[in-house]
Amino acid sequence: MSILVNSRTRVITQGITGATGRFHTLACKQYGTQMVAGVVPGKGGTSFEGIPIFDTVERAKTHTGANATIIYVPPAFAADAIMEAAAADIELIVCITDGIPTLDMVKAKRFMRGRPVKLLGPNCPGVITPGECKMGIMPGHIYRPGPVGVISRSGTLTYESVNQLTGVGLGQSTCVGVGGDPIIGLNTLDVLRLFNEDPATEAVVLIGEIGGSAEEEAAEYIRRHFQKPVVCYIAGQTAPKGRRMGHAGAIIAGGRGGAQEKIAALKAAGATVAISPAEIGSAMKAVLTGRA
Amino acid sequence: MNVHEFQAKAILAKYGAPVPKGHVAASPEAAAAAFDMLGGPTAVVKAQIHAGGRGKAGGVKLVSSGQQARDFAAKLLGKPLRTHQTGPEGRVVRRVYVEAASEVARELYLAMLVDRRCEGLAIIASTEGGMEIEEVAAKTPEKILSEPIDIAIGVAGFQSRRLASALDLKDQQGAAFGTLLASLYRAFMETDASLIEINPLVVAADGRVLCLDAKMSFDDNALFRHPEIRELRDAGEEEPSESEAAKYSLSYVRLDGNIGCMVNGAGLAMATMDIIKFHGAEPANFLDIGGGADAEKVAAAFRILLADPRVKGVLINIFGGIMRCDVLAEGVVEAARQVKLDVPLVVRMEGTNVEQGRQILNSSGLKVTAASDMADAARRIVALIGI
Repeated sequence: MSILVNSRTRVITQGITGATGRFHTLACKQYGTQMVAGVVPGKGGTSFEGIPIFDTVERAKTHTGANATIIYVPPAFAADAIMEAAAADIELIVCITDGIPTLDMVKAKRFMRGRPVKLLGPNCPGVITPGECKMGIMPGHIYRPGPVGVISRSGTLTYESVNQLTGVGLGQSTCVGVGGDPIIGLNTLDVLRLFNEDPATEAVVLIGEIGGSAEEEAAEYIRRHFQKPVVCYIAGQTAPKGRRMGHAGAIIAGGRGGAQEKIAALKAAGATVAISPAEIGSAMKAVLTGRA
Repeated sequence: MNVHEFQAKAILAKYGAPVPKGHVAASPEAAAAAFDMLGGPTAVVKAQIHAGGRGKAGGVKLVSSGQQARDFAAKLLGKPLRTHQTGPEGRVVRRVYVEAASEVARELYLAMLVDRRCEGLAIIASTEGGMEIEEVAAKTPEKILSEPIDIAIGVAGFQSRRLASALDLKDQQGAAFGTLLASLYRAFMETDASLIEINPLVVAADGRVLCLDAKMSFDDNALFRHPEIRELRDAGEEEPSESEAAKYSLSYVRLDGNIGCMVNGAGLAMATMDIIKFHGAEPANFLDIGGGADAEKVAAAFRILLADPRVKGVLINIFGGIMRCDVLAEGVVEAARQVKLDVPLVVRMEGTNVEQGRQILNSSGLKVTAASDMADAARRIVALIGI
């Protein structure tokens, strides 16, 4: 078991003919992901590396039975691509695109309300269930199948953490990047809920960062409902107030969203907090060994 | 992106928001002329910098003659103004805004912003205008009103009435407030704003509702479709190294320490800052070179880091996913050739093409210390600069 994606996930690429779309569609296919269709308006009927291209998401779904889509469409058109996928009832929409205007995302989320779809991102590395399905831009070779679920708002910091986990001999059930923007699809709490229900996930690494209140909400849920050990790290402990740290969402504004408040909330909820980002893997190892 | 008060007011006025008449002036003479054009017995001269707290810092004054406007402008222009938001070095005042003065009966607070929680907009209002809203929120949270706005609907009539009632704006003032909210909403949506803040919103002695101050910020990601707003950018208000970084789409924030960092990915960049601090030193900057950086971008990043005289050592931390380690190494070698590298350099690389990357660095003749992981990298750079 795993969450969100597995060996049966059938994936569309929206924006398959751009440089990023081509590169990562091939990488995902080589990893073993079922890349079943591409969507590029005006290029329907052509193909890329044996993958058929359609004009619309709806048509791609009808012809291939796809149930997931990954979006590399440029920022100006990406929210529209999300809405197109939502309108076609694609169960899982992963949006990699960075730099989407915030109000476009507000509109896209409003459009999605009430539809039976899940959005991951935007501005995220995607999701991977090691050995089964890589639906994103992460370097597949550092992942191993195993018992640890990973949730993160950041890309390369997730790779760093996964590399540490693999290094101490701990594989991963599913690794989910929720994205660094202020308006996103599934948030940290939503993914925690999924991991709570997943029998294959025995423990969770939660990589947070400054800004917003996702970690505080996660802490409340961990305290009340979460049944598995959690190891956390919060990036940006040294970030000054009022300065945006790369991610549009990573800003300590109005005294809220600071690392110390998040760390305190997570500790109070019973999670193990790694203060150094170099100790995420070893902290998880210690937690799981101590329990065994 | 932030703009000046006079620019924000011009935008809001275009959408029908009530703002006092005013003229911007870049010289004492222009300030005097602006006073005369306004024709009132009094006017307010306000320093134009991208920071709050100007009044308390002595950047705002009521004047009653062209001569007074000229004198006060002369006192401000070309000199730094220090407010609680500028830091100790202050911001150089390059323009003043000369505005018709109004007799104020009440000061209120009004703001519109993107609200992550409701995934729409929120209107924030308070009867405690003219103060730091953070302070009001901390001391008297019950005096902060928040109204979520569904973007499929806009500001509904009942929401306007509810806020007006809470702010004790009755009859014509309540109606004027409703019209103002509609104007702000249109301005917000049509310009891709991220914040509009009116502090204070005043009720004048003659009963008019007026935006006495105005602050607007815009979504950088949406500037591509608002060239007229992009033109309002004032490079003089930005840290020069940050403007330079922005040219190469590097995400760079200058900090106070002495270890320069170059990292791919915002989260890993923050984590790198944290681990430097954890080992007893302070980062000189946040720098995310992004996912698809090429050698030219890496070289630009390296130049920006080394141009900061406070930087006593550089730590490069790259986890190559999309970013290839050989590309990074080429960029570093290229930049080190252009700029004389006279501080210690520690490089930690992992991921795609890491072996080629290491080989390029090793055979470059550069004095590079290789690190095996993040903690090792931080330890080494801290030891090399001798803290």
